Amino acid sequence: MEKELWKGNEAIAEAAIRAGCDCFFGYPITPQSEVPEYMSLHMPEHGKVFVQSESEVAAINMVYGAAGAGMRAMTSSSSPGVSLKQEGITYIAGAELPCVIVNCMRGGPGLGTIQPAQGDYFQATRGGGNGDYRTVVLAPSNVQEAVDFVQEAFDIADQYRNPVVVLADGLIGQMMEPIVWHEVPKRKLPPKDWATTGKHGRDHTNVVNSLYIDPAECDDHNHHLDAKYAEITKNEVRFEERDCDDAELVFTAYGTPARIAITAIEQLREEGYKVGLFRPITLWPFPEKPLHELAAAGHVKQFLDVEMSSSGQMIDDIRLAVEGQKPISFLGHAGGVMPTVEEMVEAAKKALKEAK
Amino acid sequence: MAIVYQKSAGLTDKELHYCPGCNHGIIHKLVAEVMDELGILDTTIGVCPVGCSVFAYNYFNCDMQEAAHGRAPAVATGIKRTHPNSPVFTYQGDGDLASIGCAEITHAAMRGEKFTTIFVNNAIYGMTGGQMAPTTLIGQKATTCPLGRTKEQAGMPIRMAEMLSTLDGCVYAERVCVTDIPHLNKAKAAIKKAFQKQLAGEGFTFVEVLSTCPTNWGMTPLKAKEWLTDNMIPYYPLGCIKDIDAPKAEVK
Repeated sequence: MEKELWKGNEAIAEAAIRAGCDCFFGYPITPQSEVPEYMSLHMPEHGKVFVQSESEVAAINMVYGAAGAGMRAMTSSSSPGVSLKQEGITYIAGAELPCVIVNCMRGGPGLGTIQPAQGDYFQATRGGGNGDYRTVVLAPSNVQEAVDFVQEAFDIADQYRNPVVVLADGLIGQMMEPIVWHEVPKRKLPPKDWATTGKHGRDHTNVVNSLYIDPAECDDHNHHLDAKYAEITKNEVRFEERDCDDAELVFTAYGTPARIAITAIEQLREEGYKVGLFRPITLWPFPEKPLHELAAAGHVKQFLDVEMSSSGQMIDDIRLAVEGQKPISFLGHAGGVMPTVEEMVEAAKKALKEAK
Repeated sequence: MAIVYQKSAGLTDKELHYCPGCNHGIIHKLVAEVMDELGILDTTIGVCPVGCSVFAYNYFNCDMQEAAHGRAPAVATGIKRTHPNSPVFTYQGDGDLASIGCAEITHAAMRGEKFTTIFVNNAIYGMTGGQMAPTTLIGQKATTCPLGRTKEQAGMPIRMAEMLSTLDGCVYAERVCVTDIPHLNKAKAAIKKAFQKQLAGEGFTFVEVLSTCPTNWGMTPLKAKEWLTDNMIPYYPLGCIKDIDAPKAEVK
């Protein structure tokens, strides 16, 4: 297969088109504006729908309408815009609609900065909007993964009737990288017989709704959702372990910092340090069990969590998984400053020295 | 014996939850009859709001989506753009459409989205218990303006049909009420025309229906009907505000 040079955001958009995205609704925000720009030109070429909405709130509600009517629907934005989408996302989760949401994260809080950051981990993995719900969260570490995950996200969403978030960052969105277009695994998907497509002879009306006014019914609905989340947790956990077989120190990182950590590990290994990387790929469901088992391994002395976040957000899930078996230190920057290889090497050496 | 009147096929058998004297039931019936008469019950997709008519998905005998507060026009946009041959309508109250959803309705009209909006204006928030709406009249009492709305504190009430009619994408806007049979017939004709213009692909169509809220106005149904006639119609004049044919594409 030939390699092609693609900019992250444009590759994400093209990946969605190749995955059979029927409609895209978006609003400009740096650093993801190339996604709606690309879609505005190329969706109509494929006979598909593009609408530039008046706001992120409207965009996610257009997704709700189209997804509810049986379409493969997508929106993308960056952190402040994704905050605005949270209302729609909780309704989509409550009404059990499939859709794909790309967040090309930038620094916060508030307007923050337009540079890459990872401050939306809590928002993405804890639901983000009101109520008890979860979104599947896929975290690509490079443009190739972003392309693959966006394509697969549509199938995951359709399989579980649940929103899927692709949580990238401004670096992945803005960077150009060689990628290969290949077929992602296709899933056996249930029919969308629940969709509001017009009755067309059906003997009942289909209703897309998240309202369960009777408390007992709402309780039942929540338990139904919870059972679905348990099923997703059972089936969809993904992670990568690199050089962990003999590692004394294990970096934990996702997305861009995980990629930087690979170079740090190579340097440290050359100097004789036994270090590895544990990279969650699904941030929800979080790879809790494999990380717990890794923490139990005798050779693992400690973890070093690296995030583009001032005090860490994923580190909460790391702690829950490690359950105090081994110490966890942290290296992080927020506001668009990325941790460097040198910082990671230094932090790892310091942690290993203190452990002795 | 000949059947002279029966429940519209456009309504389900579900019992309505509306208060006595509320006009929602009548307006539901008119929309349902129009859909039935146009033969579009089997293809239509409706969108209901948050507010008193939040359960409208139980009453209309067509596929329905329940939208977040104010977002029905965005939801309807997502449906109509992906199902251009299906009739689509939103059914919204004044808190939903004129307050929290003002951006969504305005931009749907601006884009000329080819769906129909039925806007039920009763000048108050009904479901939450009688708070001031953007359409509450000057001097009208509500639980968040207990001494009566003032211009100084809350500004003048918004006339949505007139406002939306300034947008080129809005091809039809009419205000009606359902206080008696002649008005009810006019209302039904307006709703039918709106759907017909939608089916012809002309653009965004909008019917504002003035409606009573005896419960939150603190009146009997009959008194509420009088109050609507005496107070709402002078500020929200009835009639067709805009009716244009979509510009014909020029062939060169």
